[in-house]
Amino acid sequence: MSRTNIPLNQTKALIPDPVQAGLAAGWQVTDASRLSADLTLEADVVVVGSGAGGGVTAEILALSGLRVLIVEEGALHSSNDFNMQEAQAYPQLYQESAARKTRDKAINILQGRTVGGSTTVNWTSSFRTPESTLAYWQSKFGLHSYNTAALAPWFELMEQRLNISEWNVPPNENNDILRRGASKLGIPTALIRRNVNGCWNLGYCGMGCPTNAKQSMLITTIPSALNHGATLLTRARAERLVLQGDKVMQLDCLALDAAGLAPTGRKLTLKARHFVVAGGAINSPALLMRSGAPDPHGLLGKRTFLHPVVVSAATFEQPVNSFSGAPQTVYSDHFLHTQAIDGPIGYKLEVPPLHPLLLATTKAGFGAAHAADMAQFPYKQATLALLRDGFHADAPGGSVILGSDGAPVLDYPISDYLWDGARRALLTMAEIQFAAGAKDVAPVHEATPLYRSWAEAQAGIKALPMQQLAMRVVSANVMGGCAMADDARQGVTAADGRYHGLSNVSVHDGSLFPTSIGANPQLSIYGIVARLASTLAEQLTGQPAARPVRS
Amino acid sequence: MSNRRSFLKIGAAAAITLAAGGAIYRMVTPTPLPHPFALDGQARAALNAIIPVLLGPLLPAPAAERAQALAATLARTHGAILGLPLNTQKEIQDLFGLLELAPARRLLAGVSDRWEQAQPAEVADFLQSWRNHRLAMLQTAYLALHDLVLGSWYADPSSWAAIGYPGPRKELLK
Repeated sequence: MSRTNIPLNQTKALIPDPVQAGLAAGWQVTDASRLSADLTLEADVVVVGSGAGGGVTAEILALSGLRVLIVEEGALHSSNDFNMQEAQAYPQLYQESAARKTRDKAINILQGRTVGGSTTVNWTSSFRTPESTLAYWQSKFGLHSYNTAALAPWFELMEQRLNISEWNVPPNENNDILRRGASKLGIPTALIRRNVNGCWNLGYCGMGCPTNAKQSMLITTIPSALNHGATLLTRARAERLVLQGDKVMQLDCLALDAAGLAPTGRKLTLKARHFVVAGGAINSPALLMRSGAPDPHGLLGKRTFLHPVVVSAATFEQPVNSFSGAPQTVYSDHFLHTQAIDGPIGYKLEVPPLHPLLLATTKAGFGAAHAADMAQFPYKQATLALLRDGFHADAPGGSVILGSDGAPVLDYPISDYLWDGARRALLTMAEIQFAAGAKDVAPVHEATPLYRSWAEAQAGIKALPMQQLAMRVVSANVMGGCAMADDARQGVTAADGRYHGLSNVSVHDGSLFPTSIGANPQLSIYGIVARLASTLAEQLTGQPAARPVRS
Repeated sequence: MSNRRSFLKIGAAAAITLAAGGAIYRMVTPTPLPHPFALDGQARAALNAIIPVLLGPLLPAPAAERAQALAATLARTHGAILGLPLNTQKEIQDLFGLLELAPARRLLAGVSDRWEQAQPAEVADFLQSWRNHRLAMLQTAYLALHDLVLGSWYADPSSWAAIGYPGPRKELLK
């Protein structure tokens, strides 16, 4: 019955593992690290990547009757493996052990690398693409079909598919501090919708959901595609699309070893009528660059956005236990909506969960001072501000460049325009934290500033040097690099996701976005890609596309 | 400023003393297939001097327990390095290659004796100076040591009681 080369895990876990059940029931899954010979496969469509874009695409195409081959660089890990420990989760589930960095190492990037991509490890925050972002795309990039009314049915479809809904459990203290502090200052907050079903409110979304409550691609669209005859290749790195004229003939992949670090020497050749690139921003443009995809206007890999994030830590009298409970449930868009989208940079306020390794590495300093602060772990609250890049000439994003070995690096200089936003955001966050009763507030900065009052913080933050490597900047939202535009001089992809100049290649992931989203991007990817994949299915089959429904 | 250029600046500053330095050669000569990081004698000696300073009071005082905790942290740090992309592992190998060279150790790190004999205060000064260094490359090297060692310490359940972290729900552990 089994049609996988992955040994089945027979252990009886407390929580049933749908992925193990699927493998036992005959899913076609090949772990390329276990291959002892080269492999050639053929399908109607090859989908590169199994994250938000690849997962949605694979399901819609497979349900529509197409033979789909999904290629994933990461391994297949599922709830039986997810043990809520950072030491295992980061190397297993993230790009570069969760330590992927920009070229100058000034920004740490969290991106998934596992079946389900970042959706397997994200914090479940679900927002439709803001209307102001879509309006900007229409006016600046000619993307007239990207309007709220036209996209609404696609967001509804994916919200239903992934059970994206109100989360009616009270926020944990970490989130509630943001709500209470903002409310005292008259700053409106709202509750974040989440893609969960039967969530236990544990707080370990970032290490893979141990109870399969999170409706990630790992347990929704990918299983559905596999149930409908799709094939999944894991530990396979998409190396190069082989072009002949304007057509891609095949995708060459390298099998990676079990650790996912070095090629084993085995090669995979994948042939198809159509190729969908959905490796995420950074990896998607890099694959197209390695392949020599046409780029007459020098746009490929450019305008890559990060929603650069700065963090303000605070200590409270009462336990906050920021490691416990749904990680992100409260947000404020006040500082996005109260100023012009193309004026001084706006920012979205949320909170991150805190776990020991994450906090210890983010926190500056060492020795006794670091240890004393870590001893306050249960009393620590953190607020984050996500800067909305891409809407101003001084926030043009970064550029993907290829190293000598073909591996991508993102060059993302942080401009004074961004630093200005970082400073304003740190002021806002400190004021909110003090309003909520913080004993002290500390922007995450090498100078380890510590403020005991709002007045102290105001003076201190105004004087804080905003310099790369001193001010900690992180990102968990990577977008752009294969921007869509009506006019080929403005973007490498068209509004339908087709790559300009290639007749059988589409891009279906966050790299399509011509700016950042201004919100955690997963639902933007789900909804927009559902529409693109449905159109593609219709073009390839001549029939109406199938509509995915929650099983 | 690219890291490559930073390396070259150091090369210029220290060219005379580092003329025979294999580490610099490795830094400016890309090799096609990097090897996994090897925790060789000098990398081990440097980490054994650096880890106690980064951890400070976290390491227990009694000699036997201290030695055991240090060895365990070193092993976890090694494990964390081995999980990084091979290119990054090579950068870390080059960092320890640099720290291994006596002239570089004295000139760039300000540590006069071999790592085995380095005094904690001297090592703390070295870490502080790289933390605030005008060369981005040395700052990033400090940050790498910071993240690898402190991350490895707090990744381990044995460190959690001291910070009041109960750990994940026991009944769900595999």
